[in-house]
Amino acid sequence: MQEKITIFINGKEYKVNPNQTIMKAADSLGFHIPRLCYHPRLSIEGACRVCIVEVEGMKNFVASCSHPVSENMRILTNTKELREARKDIVELILANHPDDCHICERDGNCELQRLAYSMGIRERAFVGEKKHYEMDLSSPSVVRDPDKCILCGRCVRLCSEIQGVNALGYASRGFKTVVMPAYDMPFSESVCTTCGQCINVCPTAAFTEKNCAAELFEKLDDKELIKVVQVAPSVRAAIGEAFGIPAGRNMEGELVAALRRLGFDYVFDTQFGADLTIMEEASEFLQRVKGNGKLPMITSCSSAWMKYLEQFAPDLIENVSTCKSPMSMTGALLKTYFPQKIGVDAKKVLSIASMCCTAKKYEAQRPELMVDGMRAVDCVITTRETAWMIKSAGIDFLNLEKEKFDEPFGISTGAATIFGITGGVMEAAIRTAYEMYMGEPLNDIEVNAVRGFAGVKEGKVNMGGTEIRVAVAHGLGNAAKLLDLIRKEPDRFHFIEIMGCPGGCIGGGGQPYAGANSVPLDENNLRKRAEALYNFDREKTIRRSHENPDIIKLYEEYLGKPLGEKSHKLLHTNYKQHFPKGVIDKTNRNI
Amino acid sequence: MVCTNKEKIDELKKYMDEVMRNPYPESYLIAVLHKAQELYGYLDREIMDLVSETMSIPTAKIWGVATFYHFFNLKPQGKHSIFVCLGTACHIKGSGEILDLIRTKLNIEIGETTPDGFFTLRETRCLGACGLAPVVMIDDKIYGNLTRDKMISILDGFKRK
Repeated sequence: MQEKITIFINGKEYKVNPNQTIMKAADSLGFHIPRLCYHPRLSIEGACRVCIVEVEGMKNFVASCSHPVSENMRILTNTKELREARKDIVELILANHPDDCHICERDGNCELQRLAYSMGIRERAFVGEKKHYEMDLSSPSVVRDPDKCILCGRCVRLCSEIQGVNALGYASRGFKTVVMPAYDMPFSESVCTTCGQCINVCPTAAFTEKNCAAELFEKLDDKELIKVVQVAPSVRAAIGEAFGIPAGRNMEGELVAALRRLGFDYVFDTQFGADLTIMEEASEFLQRVKGNGKLPMITSCSSAWMKYLEQFAPDLIENVSTCKSPMSMTGALLKTYFPQKIGVDAKKVLSIASMCCTAKKYEAQRPELMVDGMRAVDCVITTRETAWMIKSAGIDFLNLEKEKFDEPFGISTGAATIFGITGGVMEAAIRTAYEMYMGEPLNDIEVNAVRGFAGVKEGKVNMGGTEIRVAVAHGLGNAAKLLDLIRKEPDRFHFIEIMGCPGGCIGGGGQPYAGANSVPLDENNLRKRAEALYNFDREKTIRRSHENPDIIKLYEEYLGKPLGEKSHKLLHTNYKQHFPKGVIDKTNRNI
Repeated sequence: MVCTNKEKIDELKKYMDEVMRNPYPESYLIAVLHKAQELYGYLDREIMDLVSETMSIPTAKIWGVATFYHFFNLKPQGKHSIFVCLGTACHIKGSGEILDLIRTKLNIEIGETTPDGFFTLRETRCLGACGLAPVVMIDDKIYGNLTRDKMISILDGFKRK
């Protein structure tokens, strides 16, 4: 323990730990200094100057996010001069920002708006030249609007430091500075993995998802179509936040009820697809363990990870499972088995997916995933879009009577529920693979080694004397570390799970914006969402995918057996190198 | 494409190999881009891709550096580059007029190249030759004490070469 030092904030004496910034010390004492470019999980930029404070003996105001505390430092956080200076700074940012809050996607959810309000800005003090650039609508997932950008640099740092993708950088200088992909190329021709984390950390609407909710409302009116929606595990764990309730409440029943009221004829659970994924993936893993295929096998559920694989790590394509994601497996069945079962033309089925993810929008339009010339999933809406549709249709979400998913894709196991959390797919796969291999169930069903939020987790499972070594990474920066380890020691692991987003799907790029009292990517928030899913798993009577009665029925009635001919056609796919080639930044010491 | 010139590529690759032996090789990015521009006259995307892969620096970062510094050209340059000094001394001595003259005579704007690829027109700040103001630098030679007539005959002289 280091000895505490004395500092004075606004005249009062406090004892604090040394070796921290003024902002962190002030935070711990209940002084929330206003801030904008600062993000606790990213490096210090010190670009916006909103967090300035006065320090006795120093000529200028100092940025509290980067300045360390020292013995007997006398800090003032709320003087008249500071309030004026901060207000000026925010007014200058606003001077080069569109005046269109009332028609902006982030209206009511914008950090700049909240900041301007708290500074007491009620009119525009400065009028000057405003930048104007075209919006980049090329990506199926993320829309970039440079006019809304305030150059805080959070997206650039996130894409580099957490994701290791470096799709974004600053181009040009001064007034002409723009955050953009290399060579001013459209997003769709960049190394962007479509994870959408830039949307989460952006304080304004410079990044938003490619919204298709309005379009979907029109389709829901079409009497000719059979409207079907599937819902990812993590949507139910987070959507409540968009309606103002604290993180960590599972809203499955309300969500099903709301989607029915929106006009969907069938509401299905992507968790059914997750159980199906486990059947196929566990079988594939055992096949590889028996010498048929490359090890370690890596999971393939995360679409941002798949795009990363194809651009940054094509050398490891053979290691990746050929299983489609739960969404695409469910989608494939929605255009084949399902219409056959209810006796309609597959072309009449409108297949929608409500996902915690922006990358799923990209996945849905991948040509490899077409089924009989049709898209398996016609449109993906994020958790945010789902919440918006529910609000827009005037549905009293929080007071709805809980309802249940429809048959035949409505029953799922606890194993499928935890797919949304980092380590969950691994845990679910172990539960099934163990029993498939050993012929007896795994007793200790909760695999703690792969739980938690460590960047790379390692664990071991004993399968009848054979030691199966597993590893889990979440966030593409962590994935890069783990992939390097695989390249150096190909025999170290048998089975690997990779999720593109920090925390797994619960931290997806399509999840509700952070509220006024939280920060994007907040680990406590992620923990609460994770807990909601872990609790749900515990409450379920069936916790192993292969025990799902509807899955058993589906194989009997339609698919035959895992890895069988029909499964192979509908549930598996393949990957190939994509360009431009991604380059890992070796200078980034985080990765 | 630019990469087809084997000699130039080899020279750039050799230069990068040397740089990569240093500690913190990424800090040599600007030097490498200088070298590339020296060889090709501008920074082509293919060249920046090559630098990115060789030095393990993401293209978005290289693009950031290439667009930040005015010195780097992102488009092919003409055979001769005309830099009109717009520094304080030259400005007072009438560099604006000289610039207008060149713009009209060659029918191009700052940053553009004549359709025949002969001249590229660029502006620059002080060249450190204020005593000779107004000055223009063509390629690496300074022309000072310029008047309209002098400028016209210099340009014509280049054309006759």
